[in-house]
Order: sequence, then C-alpha cells, then structure tokens
Amino acid sequence: MAQFLEQFASGLANGAIYACVALALVMIYVSTDHLNFAQGEMAMFSTYISWQLMNWGLSFWVAFAGAVVISFVMGVLIERVILRPLHHAPILSVVVVFIGLLAIFNSMAGAIWSYLIKEYPSPFPKSSFGIAGVIGPHQLGVVLVTLVVLGLLFGFFRFTPLGLAMRAAAQNPQMARLVGVRVDWMLALGWGLAAAVGAVAGIMVAHIVYLDPNMMGGILLYAFASALIGGIGNPAGAVVGGFIVGVLENMVAYTGNQIEKLTGVYIIGNGEKLTVALIIVIFVLTLKPAGLFGRVVVRRV
Amino acid sequence: MMRTKRRAFVAGLSATAVLTGNRVAFGQKKYDEGASDTEIKIGHTCPYSGPASAYGVIGKTIQAYWKSVNEAGGINGRKINFISLDDGYNPAKTVECIRQLVEQDKVLCTFNTLGTPTNTAIHKYMNQKKVPQLYVATGASKWGDPKHFPWTMGFQPDYHTEAVIYAKYILANIKDAKIGVLMQNDDYGKDYWEGMKEGLGKEVGRVVKHVTYEVTDPTVDSQIIQLKDSGANVFFNIATPKFAAQAMRKAGAIGWKPAQFLNNVSVSVASVMKPAGFDNVQGVITAAYLMDPTDKQWEGHPEMKMWKDWMTQHNPGASLSDASNVFAYAVSFLMQETLKRCGNDLTRANLMHQAASHHHLRVPLLLPGITVSTSATDYFPVQAVQLQRFKSETWELFGDVMHAESS
Repeated sequence: MAQFLEQFASGLANGAIYACVALALVMIYVSTDHLNFAQGEMAMFSTYISWQLMNWGLSFWVAFAGAVVISFVMGVLIERVILRPLHHAPILSVVVVFIGLLAIFNSMAGAIWSYLIKEYPSPFPKSSFGIAGVIGPHQLGVVLVTLVVLGLLFGFFRFTPLGLAMRAAAQNPQMARLVGVRVDWMLALGWGLAAAVGAVAGIMVAHIVYLDPNMMGGILLYAFASALIGGIGNPAGAVVGGFIVGVLENMVAYTGNQIEKLTGVYIIGNGEKLTVALIIVIFVLTLKPAGLFGRVVVRRV
Repeated sequence: MMRTKRRAFVAGLSATAVLTGNRVAFGQKKYDEGASDTEIKIGHTCPYSGPASAYGVIGKTIQAYWKSVNEAGGINGRKINFISLDDGYNPAKTVECIRQLVEQDKVLCTFNTLGTPTNTAIHKYMNQKKVPQLYVATGASKWGDPKHFPWTMGFQPDYHTEAVIYAKYILANIKDAKIGVLMQNDDYGKDYWEGMKEGLGKEVGRVVKHVTYEVTDPTVDSQIIQLKDSGANVFFNIATPKFAAQAMRKAGAIGWKPAQFLNNVSVSVASVMKPAGFDNVQGVITAAYLMDPTDKQWEGHPEMKMWKDWMTQHNPGASLSDASNVFAYAVSFLMQETLKRCGNDLTRANLMHQAASHHHLRVPLLLPGITVSTSATDYFPVQAVQLQRFKSETWELFGDVMHAESS
C-alpha cells in the first residue's frame, strides 16, 4: 500500500512535468494551428537563459521573469523571421522547419553551455511541507504552478478580447481578417506566448531532470501523448492528460511488480511502461479521436 | 598498380617478421598505407551531433592534442594527420565513415572511435581489412579478444570486470546483503549486470530486485520506489550521469539508505555527485582509474597541473571540469607513446605489436599506482582500478589498487 501511494504521488509529479510541456504544445496549436516539434528544445533554451541570468547574480524569480520575457520576444521573432515566409507553404515544409529548429536549438545550447548536466535550483522552500517521503515540495510546487498557468491561459483566451482575436486568427484566418483582426501579429503573439509558457515549463522541469541540452527529448514524447489524450485544442485537457499519462505509466510498473510478487512471473514492468501507456493512449484515441476533452469539429462541405 | 603491389608485399613481409619474432631494425623505414616520411594518417569517429553529442568534447580534445603534438615537431619527425568524422552515434553512419577513412583516405589506423554500438558495427570490418582499431572509447568487455579480433584493442577497464569487483566487495564486507539493481536497459547496462551476477556466483540470489530504465524515461523515481519497497540494503547503480544523480537524490528524498555502489561511468563530482546533493551521496562507493578534475584532492598533483596548463594553452574554451577531457588526454598520450615506439616501422602489424607490448607504462592522469600493461594475449591496457568512497565533497581512495583479470 505504501508503495502504491508513493508510485501514485510520483506519477502525479511526473504528470505535472508532462502537463507543463503539453500546455505549451496546446498553446501553439490553439494560436497557430500547428504542432511545434521544437517546443521542447525552445523550452530547454529558455531554461538555460534563466540559468545564465542566475549565474550573473540575479535572484530566482527575477531570472524567471527575465527568461519568460526573453522567450516571448524570441518566440515572436521566430514567427516573424522564420515562419512568416512559409505562411502559404505546404504543411510538410513547416514540419521540416520545426525539426530544423529542434536541431538548431539543441546544438546551440550545447555549444554555448556545454553538454554537462547542471544543477538547477528549486524556488520552493526545502522544508518538507507536503507529505514527507511521498511527494516532495518541488513536485507539489510544479503541480501548483501548472494549475496557475492553466488558469491564466484559460482566463486569457476566454475573457480577453485579445485572446478571442487570437483564437479567431488561428481557426479561421480569412474571417478574422475580415472582422479586423491583424492575423499576422496574432500568430506572432501566439508563438511568443507559447515560448513563454515553454519557459515556465522548462524552469519547473529542470530541477527534477537536471539541466542539459537533451533534457526535453523524452519528455516531449510524453507531452505529445498527454496533449493528444486530453484533446490537442484544450489546455485543461492537456493538463489532465499529463496527469493521466504520468500516473498510468507508474501504475503499469506497479501492477507488473505486484503480479510478479504474487505469481512469480514477469509480465510487464519498467521496460514496458511507455509502451503500455502509449497503447492505452492509442486505444483512447481510437474511441475518441478528438481526445477525452476535445471538441469534435464538424465541417460543413 | 606497381606501387600497391609493393606495399602489400612490404606489409606482408613485416607481418611475417613480427610473427616470427624477428624485430625489424629501428633505422629501416617501412610503411603501410597512411604512413610516410612526413605524416601519419589516423582516422576517428565521434558523435559531434545528435543525442550523444556530449561526447563530442572527447573528439575535440583529441584534435587539440594532435595539433599540439604537431606544433612540437610531430612524432619521430612525422606530422599527425588526424581525420575526425561525425557519426552522430549512429552505427550505420559509423560504418560509412570508417569505410571512407580506410578505403579513400587510407588511414594507417583508427584511434579511440567512440561508442559501444558504433564500434561493434565496424569490429568485423576492421579485422577483415587488418586495420588497427586502437584504444576504442568504450568499456564493453568484448574489445580485449586478441584471439578472434587481433586488430582491435580497448583502453579503459571494462564494465564487466568492474562489476565483478563490486560483487566481491559486497560479499566480503556487507553482512546479509540484499541487493537492488538499477540498470540502463541496453548493452552497457547488461555488461555490468552480467559482471555482477558472475561476481556473486552462487550467491546470486542476494539480488532481491532488478529494475531497468530506458534512456527516454524522464526520471527514474518510480524505479527507486520499487527498489526501496523490495527491502534491499545494497544499491548497485548502473546509470549514466543524469539518471545516476536522479536515483541517488530520490533515494535520499524517500528515506532509503542502502550501501550504494555507483558505476564508474558516473563518478564526476561536478555533474553527478553535486547535482545529486552532497547529503545524499555520502559513503557511495565506486571504482576509479582516472583522476577527476573536479575532485579537490588532485588540485596540487603535478600531472593535473600539467593537464590544466595544456588545456588553457591548447584547448581554450573547453571545460576544465569535464572528465571527458582528462580521458581524451590520457588516451591520446598512450597513442602518441605507441606511435613513438613504432620508430620508422610504421606498418599496421608493427603498430599492433607495439600496442600489445606496453610494460608498466605510466600514462598521466591515471590514478597513482595504475599503469598500462599489454601483451599479445592481453588486450586490456588499463585493467587496474581502486575503490573510492565519497566523503564530504570529494572521493577518498581506500584499499589497494586492484588488478583484475577479466578473461
């Protein structure tokens, strides 16, 4: 039972990581209608920026704010400079550009900051609030920050005119333009926001997985699964999806352990964690292609 | 046409000479492909890009090493032409690079090609072509097999032997040991795991739990919880730096306090022990053969000083805290020494002969008391390790230097 609780809590903590990155993925999807494969690497790069700022003597939260702002500008610039010329290009060209960005950010971070893993501080108090031994203060903090970011995004898209304009620009650019929305800038803004959310995700994750240029490699895969299971267009869905995937994979390992203990036969375990979790994701998507919380889009032809 | 024939003839002749034990006189000049009066061509592959690009620093430091050797006049008057290609840690790409190096660039030998899967991919090819594949950068145990692969030689102590040493230590020193193993699920992890099982022998039942992780896993938290739950009081940590640090930190966080054994792959103070939290890693035991540049106890050591001077002068911008740079320097020194001893007989056969004839050679930056010895039947250059225990912020050597015989 103790193990069950610990595994569950650790699953939630991992889930918070996936949820964070999945939020950034959803963000860019909602505002540009694209899936950005470079999202993880951009988040990693932003995290390095915050690390650099801290290294120059700034405090954690100042560096945090600085990195978020710089990332926002970086996102806008990427859209304006790199993606702008591709507005009318086929989707495959855009995908190739995303993969190129992924490689570029990864190598740049390696060249500037080296591939050695670095410690990354946690902003949350070390005293063991939370349930000692089961879930650490940082893990709780990440869950909290994820929920706050989610709340902010929800409010932004639901209640502000700018959020509404951004959604319109992504979903129906022509109509949006007709009603006076500056679609080009909305796309750039979407990129900026996604990069900023990514920066928050990276900064939260870095303490757990340590800072190195490849820190997001595995996570991005899980984040995609989370975003898809929750519905790629739905921020809240992505967060729930993240928690589901995180808990699910630990439960696979846990169940495997219990079966082995009872029967002495190894059926599933750590090696199959990701596989089984992804099979379940596929299963869900087969039944509900739009994800658990996605809205089914009906198009009239 | 004529020339190639004559070369082949000379190569064959020198091979026979070596085999029959008739040493070629030092003054006589003999060359195989890739060597001449003015230069020696050496091939190399290394991941400068891709997921394993952290190892790229090794390639860069080796390049800097040969550059500094050339600036100082080369080896026996010949300049080293070091051709280093990026294989991205992709075995298929390695094969392509190596074929280019051997067949187009016509290198005398390859040196310190990096990675277990990548070297495995070219292992047979190099031996078919009879091109020396020297001092490969991997700790797998298969590189020391002169009977079947006489043209391939490793460098560092192999993983298998290292694990045997831990197993023996556990049996001798820990009463009623119940061992939990965390293992990276690939060839490297399995090499250690096999060694541990062999070392335990009849006592293999002492392993109460064996869990694996994939390199794509974001964390190993779940695995550590399982190990704790198994009631293990010994923890054998077969993980690369990031995961090793995570594992030790998680063990500390959930209050699991076993006797810990950490594989040599992850001994860096700066990138493993410190990120894991010094509180969590007190008393961790590992086996080492190189000096860690981030370990304070070596600060005043003359070899470490020499290395730091060399680094600032010839390899500026490279990290002084990265143990890879120490490794690269040490292995390059051994290569330089081997080539030096070839004298003017730069044939492939003689090169292998010299590589297999080191006798207690001191290579800088190896731990004090460790030397390089090889023979026609012993293709493991560095075979000795010493156990060390982590205390406050540094490793503390204890016990004797152990000369393990693997095969």
